[in-house]
Amino acid sequence: MIAFLTKRLMHAILVMLVISVIAFAIQDNLGDPIQQMVGQSVPESEREALRERLGLNDPFHVQYLRFAGNAIQGDFGYSYFYREPALDVIARHLPATLELVFGATLIIVLLSVPIGVYSAIKPRSPISRFFMGASIVGISVPVFLTAIVLIQIFSIGMKVTLFPEGTAWGGWLNATLSTQGGMPSFGRGQDLVHVFGYWDSNLFSAGGLRHLVLPSIALASIMLPLFIRLIRAEMLEVLQSEYVKFARAKGISPWRIYFVHALKNTMLPVITVGGVQIGTMVAYTILTETVFQWPGMGLMFLDAINRADIPLIVAYLMIVGVIFVITNTIVDLIYGLVNPTVKLTGKPA
Amino acid sequence: MTTQLSIPTRWARFRDSYLLYSFKRTWSAQLCLAIFLCLVLAAFMAPWLAPTNPYDLSQIDILDSELPPFWIEGAVERYTLGTDAQGRDLLSIILYGTRVSLVIGFGAVILQAILGVTFGLLAGYLGGRVDAILMRLADIQLSFSTLMVAIVVGAVVKATLGSSFYSQYAVLMLILIIGLAEWPQYARTVRASVLAEKSKEYVDAARVMGLGSRRIMFRHVLPNTLSPVFVISTVQIANAIISEAALSFLGLGMPETHPSLGSLIKSGFDYIQSGSWWITLIPGAVLVVLVLVINLLGDWLRDVMNPRLYKG
Repeated sequence: MIAFLTKRLMHAILVMLVISVIAFAIQDNLGDPIQQMVGQSVPESEREALRERLGLNDPFHVQYLRFAGNAIQGDFGYSYFYREPALDVIARHLPATLELVFGATLIIVLLSVPIGVYSAIKPRSPISRFFMGASIVGISVPVFLTAIVLIQIFSIGMKVTLFPEGTAWGGWLNATLSTQGGMPSFGRGQDLVHVFGYWDSNLFSAGGLRHLVLPSIALASIMLPLFIRLIRAEMLEVLQSEYVKFARAKGISPWRIYFVHALKNTMLPVITVGGVQIGTMVAYTILTETVFQWPGMGLMFLDAINRADIPLIVAYLMIVGVIFVITNTIVDLIYGLVNPTVKLTGKPA
Repeated sequence: MTTQLSIPTRWARFRDSYLLYSFKRTWSAQLCLAIFLCLVLAAFMAPWLAPTNPYDLSQIDILDSELPPFWIEGAVERYTLGTDAQGRDLLSIILYGTRVSLVIGFGAVILQAILGVTFGLLAGYLGGRVDAILMRLADIQLSFSTLMVAIVVGAVVKATLGSSFYSQYAVLMLILIIGLAEWPQYARTVRASVLAEKSKEYVDAARVMGLGSRRIMFRHVLPNTLSPVFVISTVQIANAIISEAALSFLGLGMPETHPSLGSLIKSGFDYIQSGSWWITLIPGAVLVVLVLVINLLGDWLRDVMNPRLYKG
């Protein structure tokens, strides 16, 4: 166990080193800080002196070590646009993203487990077939398009005139398929509840929750099909196993077998894939937040790119890297702990 | 009397294969392939099929902007699917845009396959330190999602080279970015099957005959690892097209003067609040149909060829 832990930690540190070198290389190669600091009229000799004084002529590794030392202390420099420490800017935008991810995760868990389990128990029922078909359609729709369709249907509203208005059934179908709209689709709204520090929450007021609904559904839509398919596949495998047959023979009620005995073992691979998918989720928050103008980290990152706000870009990359590395390490550790068959040290059997 | 041993030709082998047998009996696969081929043909014949040339500024009139498609009141007969915000015929620009999306999708997948197959072959056949380094690299890259890698690389490249240079070579840039972001998928698949092939007798036999590693790798092992490569390629094309659309939607892809499906959706999204939903949702529908038929074909291929693939 100790060997496994050390191996994982070494891996995590290695990954962080790679990320920090990449982030530093970006900072080093983009733009000239001297040009940002002094005016046009400053002569070249002055510029060179300033460059020397700031240590910009030092070799790459010396500058990198200085950068890494500051980064470990949380100092990523000042954002050009916001004119405050980059880490503070990120801390201000983090709660919005976390709440969005929380909302999406809630939807994924609440829907994927029952649907996945049901379609494994009754693989041939029409409902299961429908969900399997819907899930491949779901995988094929990019997240920003789901978001746009949601806005069109629930925010702007849609008047359907596809069926003949004159007939009773046509009018009824048109009325049923048309939507009023009115759901908020822009930003976090005004009803934010201040919790502490930088955390203003959408979760504790009706207005705030209404703003959270559409972005959360959009973000969840991209992961949901994957999880439904995964849970179904794992559950199908588990239901074939000896211990489930034994539990059946023992006379345990089917629901207890499905949701207590079988689901436990189904969840193992789901946790691993789920952990890895957190990384994917961060990428999709950039898209979701762009569509809904949700003021989280993703939108901030995109704005930073458009403004060439390099300290903020670098800080974002480092923070996202830390989030990835921590979640991946934790997922691996949990997996190693709960599944005794995992070869902890990775040695061939 | 000696009997002539007949070696079946490639065509005969294909004719007798389970692949073709299954294809003839799966109507959904036939339908998907038909739709896919229609889209590809229509896209590559765009210069002849499209009613107008959307790249030609002299054919565009700004007064024709935001006209609705034919089934909505106020439509102009000339523009079957309506026009976008700049007055370009939506049907034409979608045909041209699909072509751009397909070129980038295929180009990126070819690059991914070349990189991934080479690295996977090297890692699996040589083993040892090469294997450790390449697979660690693939692990690191996969632990960030490929889309994330593509967005970051795209952003940095755009910031380094400048917007105008980037949009001038956008097709090439996107192929490079998406190709570099997704090679680990191929590398891991190929490596897994190389490991299985390596211990087979024909490899030993080739080695005993004195053939070099390179020849054994590329001429003997590689052909036997290609069927999983074939299967993931379909899914990878779909992924590459979606990645391209996502990058273009974020403004890191094709410029609006030379749009792909993704940048059409992006430029249309600005007008959705004013009621012109068709500018964004019709290209969106084309994108979804394109990706969906590729994914369904991929599903069918996986069922037929059933190689052991990675989950997720």
